[in-house]
Amino acid sequence: MIRVYVSSVIDAAADTVWSRIRDFNALPLWHPAIADSRIENNEPSDRVGCIRHFHTRDGGLIRERLLALSDYDYTCTYEILESPMGVANYVATLKLTPVTDGGRTFAEWSAEFDCAEGREHELNELIGNGVFQGGFDALKRHFARR
Amino acid sequence: MLQKVVRSTIIDAPIERVWAVIRDFNSHDQWHAVVDQSRIERGESSDQVGCVRNFTLKDGAHIREQLLTLDDRHYKSTYCIVEATVPLQRYVATVTLKPVTDGNRTFWHWESTFATPPGMERELRDMVAQGVYEAGFENLRRHLREGGDLRVPGAARESTLAAMPRALPVASRRIVVPRYGGPEQMVLQDADCPAPGPGEVRIRQRAIGVNYIDIYLRRGWIPPMMAEGGTPGMESAGSVLDWGEGVHGFLPGDRVAYLWHVPGSYAHVRNVPADAVVRLPPTVEDETAAALLLKGLTADYLVHDLGNLDRRGPGARVLVHAAAGGVGLLVCAWARKLGATVIGTVSSEAKARLAREYGCQHVIVSENYRFADAVQQLGGADVLIDGLGEAARDENLAALARRGHWISLGNATGALAQVDTQALLAKSITFSRPVVFDYVATRAELERRAARLWAALADGTLKPPPVERHSLAGAAEAHARLERRATSGALVLLA
Repeated sequence: MIRVYVSSVIDAAADTVWSRIRDFNALPLWHPAIADSRIENNEPSDRVGCIRHFHTRDGGLIRERLLALSDYDYTCTYEILESPMGVANYVATLKLTPVTDGGRTFAEWSAEFDCAEGREHELNELIGNGVFQGGFDALKRHFARR
Repeated sequence: MLQKVVRSTIIDAPIERVWAVIRDFNSHDQWHAVVDQSRIERGESSDQVGCVRNFTLKDGAHIREQLLTLDDRHYKSTYCIVEATVPLQRYVATVTLKPVTDGNRTFWHWESTFATPPGMERELRDMVAQGVYEAGFENLRRHLREGGDLRVPGAARESTLAAMPRALPVASRRIVVPRYGGPEQMVLQDADCPAPGPGEVRIRQRAIGVNYIDIYLRRGWIPPMMAEGGTPGMESAGSVLDWGEGVHGFLPGDRVAYLWHVPGSYAHVRNVPADAVVRLPPTVEDETAAALLLKGLTADYLVHDLGNLDRRGPGARVLVHAAAGGVGLLVCAWARKLGATVIGTVSSEAKARLAREYGCQHVIVSENYRFADAVQQLGGADVLIDGLGEAARDENLAALARRGHWISLGNATGALAQVDTQALLAKSITFSRPVVFDYVATRAELERRAARLWAALADGTLKPPPVERHSLAGAAEAHARLERRATSGALVLLA
């Protein structure tokens, strides 16, 4: 089991950041690597169990199921059902925690998954640096412009 | 009704360093201004779960608190008040640290629940939130900034409080080479080290690695890298003094090492880009780091990236020239661990013994670079790690196996003239001319390779090479010995 963990500090209150990322269907609105997204079967995007169906900018199709959503803890947990990345048993959690000092947000994004031997480093780089840190960088840029 | 207080902050220091202070249940009198004295009752150790700390606060109050949880895996500590002169009832508090991977900082979360006598809710909430938690954040920040956590108990305070003031030049001495030439050209000069610029870390160097490339620089063989009047040296280990704008994740006193493609490490104090700097684990001494960083990362890309020894499988034949040298010994040990058959050339019997000790199975002692026949008797070299250069060119071609890979690493006998591609064609030989800096071009790659190097040291795959020490002023003697091929293992200058 591989574990990827990335964390950052975003210069906005946690509920403000949460309102930007809470919508399970909103990835294209805030994550620069995602091209489009829809929720399958026209379900609401905050119904636990719903499936988002989206494409990355390089054309890859990914389907992910919402496993947990908490407006109290600012967490969102999901699993990958289908992706070109070659991962299995992939479960990820995105979590925000208020930093009371300065009204900022501590953001954590972690994933656990299995993969073919020898691909650990490459996937760690792709997911940790490309997907997670790339998303945090976009949030940092967005909230720095306020 | 239970009151709940939550406060959190970001500390600009790596989590290991913050946790080292926080996990000591008896440390508050060293860093928290409200605590006058702290002791652990009954002589128990401060990391013994269940121990009780006894505080005297600056305002005269007394508090006894018991440690309920200490979790090194999750950086978490929970404790409760068992007796206090302040009316905090059923007080249970938890401190949790989390790493901020973006910037190598620390998120610190401090929360508690408690009951109070009626009417005192607000007063006590403010006291805990501001007087204890927020003040604690500030106090710990100052403590780390002043290097208070690095202070040896009982040592004179001034040694750490005299940490270099920021943004001022610091007196230093460095080796300069006014004219390209022999070792005698190197002279030690007084020279201030300026304040670190944006993105730079200023390092008080303690151990400086000497590499063969330093000799090329001094001789003027690579003028684009070092002009006359320059200072040689590519690596060193020491501690952080201060840093410039935009640098995160360091504190004064952090033990670090660096490897950078711009020469200049033969000095007491130096500025280098933060991206070239790696933190040292406590198990790696300064001298070991200086002796190993460039050579060890070189051995790492040689055996893994270019030699592909982790993929070739057992029995691949590796020929290592200068097998008893700094890089040679590391390559011998690492290649052997990966299952290769290691063949080495050395210039003396004493060096042959050393090479064997480090895992070289077939040692060829040759003063005049004759080794091809002996290597061919073993089947020829699948991978050739060549630090010799021109004098051994024909022997090297003869020693290589079909589809062998020739890695030209150095020019100890003179620069390798152009390689005839027809000669390569004869046996489908491939040829590489690598330089280590291209293999640590990003911070992530440097950290990954360094981590692999420290791990190889820790698990015994590599043992530190013997280190020959010279003073910085004795750099000329160190170079002279290296050029006379009189050294074995690694050369380190102590600053």
